[in-house]
Amino acid sequence: MLKVRNYSIRQKLTWMNMLVSGAALLLACTAFAGYELTDFRQTLVQGLSIQAQIVGANSASSLLFNDPEAARNTLSALTAAPNIISASIFTPDGVLFATYSRDNSPARPPMPVMNAGQIETYQFTADELILVRAIEFQGKRIGTVGIRSSLREVNDRLLRYAGIVVAVLLVSLLAAFAFSSVLQKATARPIAQLAETARIVSREKKYSIRAPAARNADEIGGLIDAFNQMLEQIQERDSALEAARDELELRVAQRTSQLEAVNRELESFTYSVAHDLRAPLRHIQGFADALTEEGSERLDTAAKGYLNSIIDSTRRMDQLINDLLGLAQVGRRELRILPVQLKPLVEDVVRDLALETQGRSIEWRVGDLPTVDCDPGLAKQVFYNLLSNAAKYSRPRDPAVIEAGQTILNGERILFVRDNGVGFNMKYAHKLFGVFERLHRREDFEGTGVGLATVQRIIHKHGGRIWAEAAIDQGATFFFTLTAPISTSARPEAVETI
Amino acid sequence: MNGDARILLVEDDPQDVELTLRAFRTEKVQSRIEIVRDGEEALDYLFRRGDYKDRPVDEPPTLVLLDLKLPKIDGLQVLREVKTSAECRSIPVIVLTSSGEQRDIAESYKLGVNSYIQKPVDIAEFRKAIRALALYWLDVNRPPFSRKAGTFPPAAPPLKPQ
Repeated sequence: MLKVRNYSIRQKLTWMNMLVSGAALLLACTAFAGYELTDFRQTLVQGLSIQAQIVGANSASSLLFNDPEAARNTLSALTAAPNIISASIFTPDGVLFATYSRDNSPARPPMPVMNAGQIETYQFTADELILVRAIEFQGKRIGTVGIRSSLREVNDRLLRYAGIVVAVLLVSLLAAFAFSSVLQKATARPIAQLAETARIVSREKKYSIRAPAARNADEIGGLIDAFNQMLEQIQERDSALEAARDELELRVAQRTSQLEAVNRELESFTYSVAHDLRAPLRHIQGFADALTEEGSERLDTAAKGYLNSIIDSTRRMDQLINDLLGLAQVGRRELRILPVQLKPLVEDVVRDLALETQGRSIEWRVGDLPTVDCDPGLAKQVFYNLLSNAAKYSRPRDPAVIEAGQTILNGERILFVRDNGVGFNMKYAHKLFGVFERLHRREDFEGTGVGLATVQRIIHKHGGRIWAEAAIDQGATFFFTLTAPISTSARPEAVETI
Repeated sequence: MNGDARILLVEDDPQDVELTLRAFRTEKVQSRIEIVRDGEEALDYLFRRGDYKDRPVDEPPTLVLLDLKLPKIDGLQVLREVKTSAECRSIPVIVLTSSGEQRDIAESYKLGVNSYIQKPVDIAEFRKAIRALALYWLDVNRPPFSRKAGTFPPAAPPLKPQ
């Protein structure tokens, strides 16, 4: 059955046609032959019955007068019927009265026995028909006659019939095969072509091809039309998708160029800040200084104090501009990622800071630090800003303890910088990394409020994060990760604002 | 300090000019200081064109102090033309500017600047810079040519333009 299932439609159709027509023919021939055979036998029995009646009528007197010789004569008339093998006449008590045999064969097969009330009976054997009939005279049974007839003629006829049936079957099957070959063109071929088209479409993803249109207006034609319509729809959807993608690309390109323009503007803005905003500052300070020097005898103490304030303010403004430029530069700068040993880097920073804080009592603790993939210059700036902050806010401590190290938190390696300084209220922790945001008064601790913003920007640029834990007068700890993204080019260049 | 030297100050801002001159004065620099106010004038001076066509050929500036942001022709372009000219490229050029931009610094050195000084906003720092500049370039350093030696301008093959 499995094999049949795997046959092609063409084969299936051919087999179907041949089996159906073969079975129909076989049934018809069998029925016909059966009818013919029964009919012929009936005719045979009737013929034999008439012969038996004739023999019976002609031999009635012989039986009445007990003249077997006359009976034998009567029987010998059967020579004219070539199919009669033998015939016999019996007395009512079953004794053989007279007999005839075509080839004088002595064999006398047993005669069928008549039941009471029957006047005739017959029996078919493989090649003989035996008929027995009562002989009556004036309503009285005076004997029986039995005739054996050969069935060779019948059997020959049967054989001929079988031959004809086989021949007709063969010819019909051939015709069926031929017809189905022609007919399958209209059925199997369009299906095969449809299957082939579907195969090409799914293999080559080519939605522009079409299954050849069938001439039939049947289900196959409908199927092919529906299939082609489906391809049409897919093609339309494809081109719509393509158009959408093209448009998207165009839009991305436009946005990119807009972004680039914004970046360029921003760059020229920071350039102007760097160059033009500083010049007047320099002038203010320069001329205030000139005034202090050259007009000193005309100025009283208050005026000199004002001049000093002017100079202080210009210095502060210069610091602000510098810090802002630094922050903007961090945003613009491309990361240069290398494996960086943090311990020597931090020790470098600590050496610089130790020089800057000479005269103070600070205990620097540099713990175990890993090698991290990051931008070495920017990493150094992170540690510099955090450690100098720590030094600044631990100024009231003697000794100040400043520590840089690493810890594991939820399976992640976290770097930290800790001090025992003045700390801050966690209520304001969210303001910590904002530009120009300060949690302390300037009279207490100097600064522009850009340092931690710069640190956060560097860390975000690396894909890391930073947070702080502190309490007033309990010191502060800054935790951070400095994990470089795997591909820096994949990170969109953010528009930096200053 | 070195009264023979001639300094060409290329600076458009009159207040900057005044402060620079004052700094030279307070640092007791004796040199003659020529002032030009834009890039075009600077090139005219250096290449003896226009108003400066009668400038004597044997008196090239000992030093050029060049601002970058200038009207008409900017400082980098002036630097480029000076450093690609056979006649002027041996004149030491020092950029003296407010800009501390990395790309300005890099571009200046690429074009062959001899020194790059960012003008400090702090006046004391500025004076310190002027003092160091004068000490080094007018006193310590030996210029490529001097009238006494009579070796100007030195014949040199032109640099490939950038």
